[in-house]
Amino acid sequence: MSQGFHIVVCGGVVPDPLQTLEPVAGPALKNELMLPACLDPWSAHALWEAASLSAKAPGSKVWLVTLGPKAKVQQVMMAIAQKVAFELVALDGPAGGFVDAHETAAALTGAIEGIAGLDRSRLLLFGGWESASRGTGITLQLIGERLGISDQFQGVDHLSVQPDGSLEILERVEGGKHQVSVCAGPPATLGWATGSLPEPRNSPQMGMQNMKAVMPSLQKAKSSPVGLGGIEYRSVKLPKAQRETRIVKDVPVDEIASEIVEWIGRD
Amino acid sequence: MSESDPAAERQTMDVDVVCVGFGPAMGGFLTTLARGLSNADGTPAVDSEVMPGMPPQVVCYERADGLGFGVSGVATRARSIRATFPALDPSQIPMATHVREEKVLYLLDPVGASRRSAALRGIDAAIRGLAFMLPLKDHALELPYTPEFLHKKGGLILSIGQLNQWVAEQLMAQGQVQLWPGSPVSGPLFAGDRVVGVRLLDQGVSRDGAPEPGYTPGLDVRAKLTVVGDGPVGSVGRALNDRLGMPDGHHVRDWAVGCKMVVDLPETCTLPEGTVLHTLGYPEPEIFGFLYVHPARSASVGIFVPSWFDSPVRTSYRYLQHFVMHPALWKHLAGGRMRSWGAKSIQESGRRAEPHLVGDGFARIGEGAGSTNVLTASGVDEAWATGTLLAEGVLELYRRRLPFTRENLEAAYVARLRRSWVEEEARVAEKARDGFQKGVVTGLLGMALSGLTGGRINLGKEPVEPHERIDSVEGYFAGRVAPEDLARIRAECAAKGAPLHPALMSAAGWPEIPFDGQLLVSHQDALLIGGKVQAPPGYADHVTFLDPEVCKRCGARVCVEVCSGQAITPGEAAPGFDREKCVHCGACLWNCSQVEGGRANLQFRAGAGGLHSAEN
Repeated sequence: MSQGFHIVVCGGVVPDPLQTLEPVAGPALKNELMLPACLDPWSAHALWEAASLSAKAPGSKVWLVTLGPKAKVQQVMMAIAQKVAFELVALDGPAGGFVDAHETAAALTGAIEGIAGLDRSRLLLFGGWESASRGTGITLQLIGERLGISDQFQGVDHLSVQPDGSLEILERVEGGKHQVSVCAGPPATLGWATGSLPEPRNSPQMGMQNMKAVMPSLQKAKSSPVGLGGIEYRSVKLPKAQRETRIVKDVPVDEIASEIVEWIGRD
Repeated sequence: MSESDPAAERQTMDVDVVCVGFGPAMGGFLTTLARGLSNADGTPAVDSEVMPGMPPQVVCYERADGLGFGVSGVATRARSIRATFPALDPSQIPMATHVREEKVLYLLDPVGASRRSAALRGIDAAIRGLAFMLPLKDHALELPYTPEFLHKKGGLILSIGQLNQWVAEQLMAQGQVQLWPGSPVSGPLFAGDRVVGVRLLDQGVSRDGAPEPGYTPGLDVRAKLTVVGDGPVGSVGRALNDRLGMPDGHHVRDWAVGCKMVVDLPETCTLPEGTVLHTLGYPEPEIFGFLYVHPARSASVGIFVPSWFDSPVRTSYRYLQHFVMHPALWKHLAGGRMRSWGAKSIQESGRRAEPHLVGDGFARIGEGAGSTNVLTASGVDEAWATGTLLAEGVLELYRRRLPFTRENLEAAYVARLRRSWVEEEARVAEKARDGFQKGVVTGLLGMALSGLTGGRINLGKEPVEPHERIDSVEGYFAGRVAPEDLARIRAECAAKGAPLHPALMSAAGWPEIPFDGQLLVSHQDALLIGGKVQAPPGYADHVTFLDPEVCKRCGARVCVEVCSGQAITPGEAAPGFDREKCVHCGACLWNCSQVEGGRANLQFRAGAGGLHSAEN
């Protein structure tokens, strides 16, 4: 792959995991603008993998395409922009997970199609195979289909480029094992599980470099009125929960399991 | 620089102004500064030295993972914030609203466990005896009069987390300054006595700071001006204090832990938006409390546990639960749901803790610069004001092309501060809380006298260091918990590796907390519900213990008891520290009882992460 890849990472901005998400009228979340936000952890793995692959394949470029409330995207970018090099393509719209995946996919596909200089023959479409917001797990597949990408992989933990330019991909299957696939090369869609890379260290210089393009991109972000397709989530009902959290370390798993079994048995 | 090379070289970056800590003071500074850097047509109004032809390059680093880290709900007069934003519409800031009603409640003890002096017991008995003619309801007396200096009339109720986020949005949209959360600063860079920038924290190190694969030395950010607004426990401000000392007669001895939660109010609550309740008297007489009603049926509810509350076991969280269960508050809160939670240290020495505000190459603003007014219980308004005053001074120096020397910063910033209302009111407040060194009643009388006489009459004495007041556990609980019970509790807690505080409170008569899974939850659940503690890997522990033997001999171990996140645990010799639970409140810093030569055995250093909850 002498020319490198054009890697488009689709990543949503989501409330930090552990927050309780409640829909309100329309596609928004209750207190959506107040909840602390982060790049969807599954997409974040995809972004780290994209940056790593881009660094190994000269001539590659990474775009991060996201749909979310502009103010929240801006906050998240302050953290993400310090991690890896990318160009942001932002759409301004709700991101709480209570929008229809088809609408989201249509909007994101439009944004990808509008990327100037994107070479579809070199395109690797990355994203998370899941989402920390509501987790339909199908948005990325729908984008891939809309872009006409027939090679799709989900639950990806590893991608390696073979000497002949083909891609060897490890997908999660049952029993803690991986299915090994080889495809001829891009275009391909990869929905990442956790991958194998740690979160990159913060680089202030990287941040300053990225931010020069991030802010203009945010200012240009088109309003994307997803969530108007007739689907209305009226409420969510959470299961009754009694939290009794203890955080322990260095305790054998058998001991933890026994304690949980004993706890369950109390009811 | 190789990613895995432990000997990787430290890199350097040059900017014009580097700022540390993004709170209200920095919000005021950057907002005012940003407006003066460029002309309306986009051309530079003042020139950058590092990028000629451009406006000055201004970068702000914040330790927390997001810019909405602030752990405070506040009621503030907001004079300085409104001066910066004359057309401010509170509805544009989530959780912000106008102050509409203020009340002060004296809370009696409904459970009989509060530790009250003879004088207070007498006052309580008199109040109960005169209940037929006093506004006494639900074990609370609504004070018929509150002095003017305590009022927040015309002010705002704010979530500092939301205010910070809103300010950051305005700043980022202007594009004049860069804000970087998740970027802890290790300390200042000196060239002789001149501050020439800051060093960011090393990444890719073990818990003890040793380089590991992926070691990345913290960047040296060099700047002509370093603006320090990293709060009362910030690493840069404290390093400056260590290096330069404090001005004569100044010291940082009074502190408090502020511990609060944001609550979704139940449908039954009738408190109108904009209500401000201040309380005193319960759960302990030394602990002050508050309830502020935000828009959309939410409220901030919290307490302040001051350093002059002499209990060696004083975890604020359990006290917060007893506070919300007081009948006068519980009638509003029962059925509510905790939305977030947090804690922070508050520097309560006020102007007496004012450090050297400027020096060659640096200036200090906000709480760490002694701006908090301890009489009016106001900090955000004053902090913001110091930021705006510095920005005006910095712009003046830029326009006059004068360097950031101590003399020039004295003339441009400190002189402005001395002429301001912040200084005028701080002088009135300077000794207002000295009475609390002698007791709660003296303290309250002292505050009233200071406030009503413009600071001319004050009661009490100069505060001493917190560790000089702390009694032993056995001494504090003498007469309340039998020695044999205390010994048993010590043994049981040691065996479990648990702090003493919950068991001792129960033994001292405090009822158990009836957990309901939504408002009354365990301390650990509050940590999870309150947001998320961020502890990014690759950074060293920021709480360390110099000599484990000293910790072993320490009987009180206040650090374990006071820890707001249960991150410090008894341990073998030195206490254990779990970074993944630390909310960076900094209470352990000023509660260590083992101080030798002015140096505490517990070290609270620059660190990454902390509580990530924008809703505070």
